[in-house]
Amino acid sequence: MPSPHTITYRAAVLEALFGEMRRDGSVILMGEDIGAAGGVFKQTEGLFAEFGSERVIDTPISESGVFGIAVGAAMTGQRPVFEVMFGDFITLIMDQLVNQAAKINYMSAGQFRVPLVVRTAVGVGGNLGPQHSQSLHAWPVHIPGLKVVMPATPADAKGLMAAAIRDDNPVVFFEDRMLYNLREAVPEGVHVVPIGSATVKREGRDVTIIAVSRMVHTALAAADLLAKEDISAEVVDPRSLMPLDVETLVASVKKTSRAIVVDGGYRQYGITGEIAATVAEHAFDWLDAPVLRIGGANVPIPFSKTLEPLVLPDAQRLARDATALVRGQR
Amino acid sequence: MTSSPQMATVSPVPSIASAEEGLRLLRAMKLIRAFEEQVRNLSAAGVIPGLVHLCAGQEAVAVGVCSLLRADDMIASNHRGHGHCLAKGGDVGRLLAEIMGRRTGYGLGRGGSLHIFDAANGNLGTTGIVGGGIPLATGAALSAKRQARGQVTAAFFGDGALNQGLLFEVMNMAAIWRLPVLFVCENNGFGEFTAIEDVTAGADPLARGQAFGIPSETVDGMDVLAVRMAAQTAIERAREGNGPSFLVCKTYRYGGHHAGDKQDYKDAEEAKAWRLKDPIERLSRLLKESGLASEAAIAALTQEIDREVRAVVDLAKVTPLPADDDFEAHLYA
Repeated sequence: MPSPHTITYRAAVLEALFGEMRRDGSVILMGEDIGAAGGVFKQTEGLFAEFGSERVIDTPISESGVFGIAVGAAMTGQRPVFEVMFGDFITLIMDQLVNQAAKINYMSAGQFRVPLVVRTAVGVGGNLGPQHSQSLHAWPVHIPGLKVVMPATPADAKGLMAAAIRDDNPVVFFEDRMLYNLREAVPEGVHVVPIGSATVKREGRDVTIIAVSRMVHTALAAADLLAKEDISAEVVDPRSLMPLDVETLVASVKKTSRAIVVDGGYRQYGITGEIAATVAEHAFDWLDAPVLRIGGANVPIPFSKTLEPLVLPDAQRLARDATALVRGQR
Repeated sequence: MTSSPQMATVSPVPSIASAEEGLRLLRAMKLIRAFEEQVRNLSAAGVIPGLVHLCAGQEAVAVGVCSLLRADDMIASNHRGHGHCLAKGGDVGRLLAEIMGRRTGYGLGRGGSLHIFDAANGNLGTTGIVGGGIPLATGAALSAKRQARGQVTAAFFGDGALNQGLLFEVMNMAAIWRLPVLFVCENNGFGEFTAIEDVTAGADPLARGQAFGIPSETVDGMDVLAVRMAAQTAIERAREGNGPSFLVCKTYRYGGHHAGDKQDYKDAEEAKAWRLKDPIERLSRLLKESGLASEAAIAALTQEIDREVRAVVDLAKVTPLPADDDFEAHLYA
C-alpha cells in the first residue's frame, strides 16, 4: 500500500484526475470554467497548465450540447470527464444521459461503449437557494445502463474517481461541495476503489445506519451521541448507489437487526426507499423493527438562513430517531 | 422555405467522372429504394413490428454524401435512417434482421429501425430522438480532430430538427472548435405531419448555420450529383481543418412520416411534381443520355438488386428471434 497523506476532498479528486490523465491520453475534461479559471470551486486547478486546452476543454454554457458531444467522443475513443457545475443542472443533460449514454452499449449490442464520467457538485449549504442546492442522484440511479457513485471521504473520492474514469460505462459521480475542505488521510499514488463496494465506517451491534455522501459524517456523529446512551450503532456507506453492494448492507442489518437509511436527497421516491426495501426483502426475518427512512425535506431548498438548516437531518435528530427505534418506541 | 420543387438552388452543372461511378451511385440509390419497398410491405404484412420511417425519395442525399466518405469517416443518422445505413456500407441482411427484431440484427434485434448501430462502417446510429444524432457526430468529430487522421463526420437530420435547441448548441461548438463535421439537413418539407413553414421562423433555414459563421449551402437534394458536389467541398473543408459545413438538401418524402401514415396533409399536385424530380430516374436518364449506360444495363441492375433484396427478405424471415439470454446482454460494458 502506498503511504497516505492528509489532503482535502477537493485535492483528492484532483489527484485522481492528474493520475488518470497522465496514465491515459484519451482522458479529456469538459466543462464550464474548468480550464484557465481552474473551476468555480478550484476543483480543476492546475490541470489546464499541465494538459492544455486540447484536453481540458472550456465549454460554453450549453450543458445539453456539450454533454451530447462528450457522448459522441466517448463512443469514438475518448474518455471524457464532463463536469456539471451544480448538480441541479443535470436536468439539462437528462435526454443525452437517459436516452443516449445509458442505452448505447445495449442498443448496439456492445459495438459502441460510452466510457465517460459526469461529475457534479451537490449539497445543501451556503445559502445558494432552490436551484443550486439539490442532490438529484435519485434521477440517474433510476436508469438501467448508468452507474452512480457518491463518495463521502477524500480517500473514496480519489479511488472512485479513478475507477469511474477507467470504467467502460457512463458513471455519474456526485460530490458534496460541503465536503470539499474535509481533510483526511488519502493513499498517495494510484488508488482505485471498486465501484459497487460498500464500506463499514464504524462497527456496532444495535442498529445499522446506512448513509451516503455527507450523511455518512452525520451518521458517525450520531453514532458518537448514541454511544453515550449505550447504543452501539454500525455505520455503513454504500459509496456506490448503482451497482449497490447489497451483500455488505444486508450482512450488517442481519447482525444488528435494525436499519436506518439516511440520505441528503429529497425523501419522496428517493434512494432511502429503494435501499430500505432492498434491505427488508433480504433481511426481513432478522429485523426487529421497521426500516426507518430519513431524507432531505420534501420542499424546494430555501435560501434564508433560518430555513435552509431545516432541510437536512442533523446528528441530534438522527440519534434521537435511532434511540427510539432501538428502544422499541417507533 | 417552401416544399415547392421549383425552389432548388441553381448551381454549376455537376458531372459524372465515369460510367463505373455513375452506376455505383445508381446502384446505391436503387438498393435503398428496393429495400424500403420491401420494408413497407413487411410492415404492412405485420412481419415487422412497431413503426418504420421510410426514406424513399430522399436517396440522393444519403448516397451523395456517403459515397464520398472513407470507411473510417463516421455518420450519425436519424429516425429515417435506413438509407444512411446502407449508403455507409451497412449489411442489407443485418439491417433488415434488426428492423424485423431478429437476433442476427445489428443490435440483437433489441433496437429496431430507430436504433441501428454499425461500428465497423462508422455508423453511430439511427435514433429515436429528433436531433439526437447531431451531438454524437460532433463528438466523433472532436475525437477525429484529436486523433488527427483526417477523419470527418456527418450528421443527417430532417427539417424537424431545425427547431431543436440542441442543433444550435452543437453548431456553436463545432464552429468555435473548428470540428470536421457536416451538418446535413434533409429538408423534406414535413416534420412528422406538419409542414415546415407552419412551425419554422426565418426566411431560410440556411440562416441557422450562417448565424454561427458556418459555410452553409442550399442543395438540390433530388440530384445525387449536386449533393456530391456540395458534399465534396464540405468534406475537403473539414479534412483540411477548416471546420464544419451546413448543407440544406431540398428533398421530398414519398411516403408518410411512418409506413401506414395516410398522408392526408399532403397536396397531391405537389407530390406529383416532386416525383418528376425523382433522383433515381434523373440519374438513369443522365447515364443514358450521356451514353454511359444503356437501357438494358440499367434494367439488369434493377433486376439484380430486386433479386438481392428479395433473397435477403427470405433469409431474414427464417433467422432466429432473440432468446432470453439476449434480454439483459450488454446492459453494461
